[in-house]
Amino acid sequence: MKQQRGLVSLLSEYWAVAFLGVELVVFSILGAGFFSLNGLQIVLFYGTSLFLLATAETFVIVTGGVDLSVGYVMGFATIVSAKLVAAFARGGMAPTAAILVGILLTLLIGLGPGLLSGFLVGRLKVPPFLATFSTGGIVYGSSLLLIGGVAAKEVPILANEIGNSYLLYWARGRGLSLFLAPEVARGTRVVEIVPSMVVVTLLFVAAAAFVLKRSRFGQHAYAIGGNVDAAVRAGIDTKSHLLRIYMISSLFASLSGVIYMLEYVTGKADAGVSYLLDSIVAVVIGGASLYGGAGTVWGTVLGCLILSVLETGLRMSGVQTFDKFIAVGVILIFAVLIDQFFPELVHKED
Amino acid sequence: MGTDSAASIDGAPRASAVSVLGKNWALFFLLASVAVFSVTGSNFFTLANLQTILYSATVYLLLASAETFVIITGGIDLSVGYVKGLSSVVGAVVMRNLWYVQYGIQWPPAAAVAAGILVALLVSLACGLASGLLVSRYRVPPFIATLGVLGVAYGVTLHASDGGFPIGFLPPGLREVGNGFVYYHNPVTGLSRFFGPPEGTLDTQVRGLIRVFPNSLILVILFLLVLWYLLKHTRFGHHTYAIGGSMDAAVRAGINTRGHLLLIYVLSASLAGLAGVVDVFQTGTGNFTPMGANFELFAIAAVIIGGASLMGGKGRILASAVGVLLLQVLDNGLNLSGVESFYRYIATGVILIVAVVVDQLFPDLF
Amino acid sequence: MAYLLEVRNIVKRFGGLTAVANVSMGVEAGEVVGLLGDNGAGKSTLIKVISGVYRADEGKVLFQGREVEINSPTDALAMGIETIYQDLALAENLNTPSNIFLGREKMKRWAGLIPVLDHEYMHAESRKILQKLDIEIPSLRNRIRALSGGQRQAVAISRSIYWDAKFMIMDEPTAALGVAEQKKVLDTVNLLKSHGIGVIVISHQMHDVFSVADRLVIMRRGEKVAERITRETNADEVVSLIVGAEKVQSPGER
Repeated sequence: MKQQRGLVSLLSEYWAVAFLGVELVVFSILGAGFFSLNGLQIVLFYGTSLFLLATAETFVIVTGGVDLSVGYVMGFATIVSAKLVAAFARGGMAPTAAILVGILLTLLIGLGPGLLSGFLVGRLKVPPFLATFSTGGIVYGSSLLLIGGVAAKEVPILANEIGNSYLLYWARGRGLSLFLAPEVARGTRVVEIVPSMVVVTLLFVAAAAFVLKRSRFGQHAYAIGGNVDAAVRAGIDTKSHLLRIYMISSLFASLSGVIYMLEYVTGKADAGVSYLLDSIVAVVIGGASLYGGAGTVWGTVLGCLILSVLETGLRMSGVQTFDKFIAVGVILIFAVLIDQFFPELVHKED
Repeated sequence: MGTDSAASIDGAPRASAVSVLGKNWALFFLLASVAVFSVTGSNFFTLANLQTILYSATVYLLLASAETFVIITGGIDLSVGYVKGLSSVVGAVVMRNLWYVQYGIQWPPAAAVAAGILVALLVSLACGLASGLLVSRYRVPPFIATLGVLGVAYGVTLHASDGGFPIGFLPPGLREVGNGFVYYHNPVTGLSRFFGPPEGTLDTQVRGLIRVFPNSLILVILFLLVLWYLLKHTRFGHHTYAIGGSMDAAVRAGINTRGHLLLIYVLSASLAGLAGVVDVFQTGTGNFTPMGANFELFAIAAVIIGGASLMGGKGRILASAVGVLLLQVLDNGLNLSGVESFYRYIATGVILIVAVVVDQLFPDLF
Repeated sequence: MAYLLEVRNIVKRFGGLTAVANVSMGVEAGEVVGLLGDNGAGKSTLIKVISGVYRADEGKVLFQGREVEINSPTDALAMGIETIYQDLALAENLNTPSNIFLGREKMKRWAGLIPVLDHEYMHAESRKILQKLDIEIPSLRNRIRALSGGQRQAVAISRSIYWDAKFMIMDEPTAALGVAEQKKVLDTVNLLKSHGIGVIVISHQMHDVFSVADRLVIMRRGEKVAERITRETNADEVVSLIVGAEKVQSPGER
């Protein structure tokens, strides 16, 4: 039933899908090269950070909270992963191993901020706003501290290659190849299909959607967001549940940072800051309520697409990005008004 | 952990004296910080530095006051930082265009400045109207409404500032007013004067002048007093608390909640607009607010440190002011104590957490 | 008389306030005890101690003759002590089956490996129990938000019965219900009685309490001030005890 609810509320977000469709049409006309395989892939490529951060926020917002630290955690992760991978490579590890171990360690460390936030919110009943705001500040300071030294050098080239690789390549005369760009004679066009990082992102997002929709953990998240007293009295351990929710949020933010590092081979403390508000907007457009108890990952993805297409489309149409903010503001309000006036659309039966 | 609903059991209100005292932990922290930094910081506890703190607090005090009203009603205003930026830029543009010869017309400086201020305030009022209508009439959650408005404000600001450039070529005298003090004393000549350096002050002596009481502080104290009075002693203030306590009860008591909420957001944005005007005076240019400047977060944090709850119903102007000062003192004090910027973020975050936790765990401590 | 559930000398404080002061009482299997008292008497606190939301500062709880420790709602639920709160403790954003199974969701294996919510099972089971109790809920898929007060009450009660409550606590079960629905609730209480389930009912509705309770326990300012056998007393006496006549002992009272 929950699975159907996800599908139904997705479908009943007709307006959102329609809006996306309109955007695609408008920008295809306005922008040169927008509606092409390349153009669309750019949309997805630049959207990966947003997808991951917004997914992180989805978990938190469903429980009625908000996570203001995701942007800073992402930046932190870019720096930590860059430094770790460089350090391991310098220490003699093979590039692949250095990258792998570096990433895994980063993700592990990335659980830390979430642990703190979750502890504050779950066990000490600190308002999520304050808890994540403070944690974010601590993480940001830590980022600056780490980078105050030297920028990470000697990150293996392999990292950049991974970050910018594609799932499939097609070259005339060579057919399809997986992950590895084919060697071709000069002048031969190679068609790149689906950036690998997008694939990775989608896998994680899909996993998140599965967990939120089909697992007991997800069900309890909705319950806590709907009526925390009811959850407590039903025997749900809300304290440790909230702890885990914020850790998941932190994990996804760290993952976003890792991918950023792979794409740009650099660590940047404020890499994620500009995505914070957008990620919350995406979640709300996707049907969540800031009071908690509603929202789905796929709805959030839809919200992200709307924003991502907007951003890329505007850029490719040569329109100033100033208007993006105005547009986002308007869309957001539009989304909520729709929810007000047509509640049946969003609050359909399961 | 303080969640057992003790108050409802015996019917008697949990002693309000306790909550008043309990909220003074922020003041205690503030004083403790000042004491600590006086020791660890070089030149922390000097007239000049303390006034610097107050000076930079000016804008935040206005923004935090704005948020206080909104938060008491159970709402939130995320747009304050960007409305400030909008007002700063738009006001400066008007001042420049009316005065700077290159733009054709040339009004007398005072008139140009007045016009600029007026337009800046009108623009912020418009933002407040937008937020207020969305929240009161269309029942859009405040988080979303103000987020939307800030997006629009930000975009317009970018347009008006050609992408974020500071607006210069403003009428002369702005900075002097904005950075001026009420009383100056020249220790070398022994002369003093109000509102300007004493006669005969040589350029070399300017640095050594003793300055007392920044001008901008006058404005802020004035407003704080007015707002304090508004919140505490007028019907408007009482209704604000009532709406925050229980919207239903307020409606049934006959309060025009819709109109009231509209006014609240207009007030909030107007104060943010005023902060923008102060900004122009303090810096002599129109400045846009970049994404991630986090003005609103600091303002909200200050209000919560001051004892308000995001649920609404609680909060006080003076307490929010204490919150602002605490954050400013922390920033300034850590800086003067030689703590590098990254540690400051960490320290502020930790202190905030400790502060909130202390408040949660030991509401009766003070 | 062997009590199914008994509390002895329970004390519960909140800071300087003593909400429950040295209260002892018991309920036999198949018996309904009405817990009465004015606002602030401590009734809600006492039942929250029994249902695990609060932990008593002093005193013991005995269930089925043995002393037990109830440190959390899960402990109480595991023992078969179910509670229907005044605010129903339902999640409005979830549907009926989700609420009935809240905290005790049934899982199945997806792809043989990963545990997933078994919505079909929970839906079917919910339908069964609702039918058994003769409760009419048009669509189980709707969120609880869409149901009427009486229907929500019914869901809350079905939840407790589904989980084989051995002991049931009901806090203001008939408040805000229409006459027909009130009668349904009282019928349900009698049904529970006939199944040997012990019940505590908190209610302000005198006639409801008198029609369904075997014994009455009256609290005032945190203390138990009196205990009566229902048929040996009347509404007037009970009201005066609630409001503040002197503490009166009747034969057989501890």
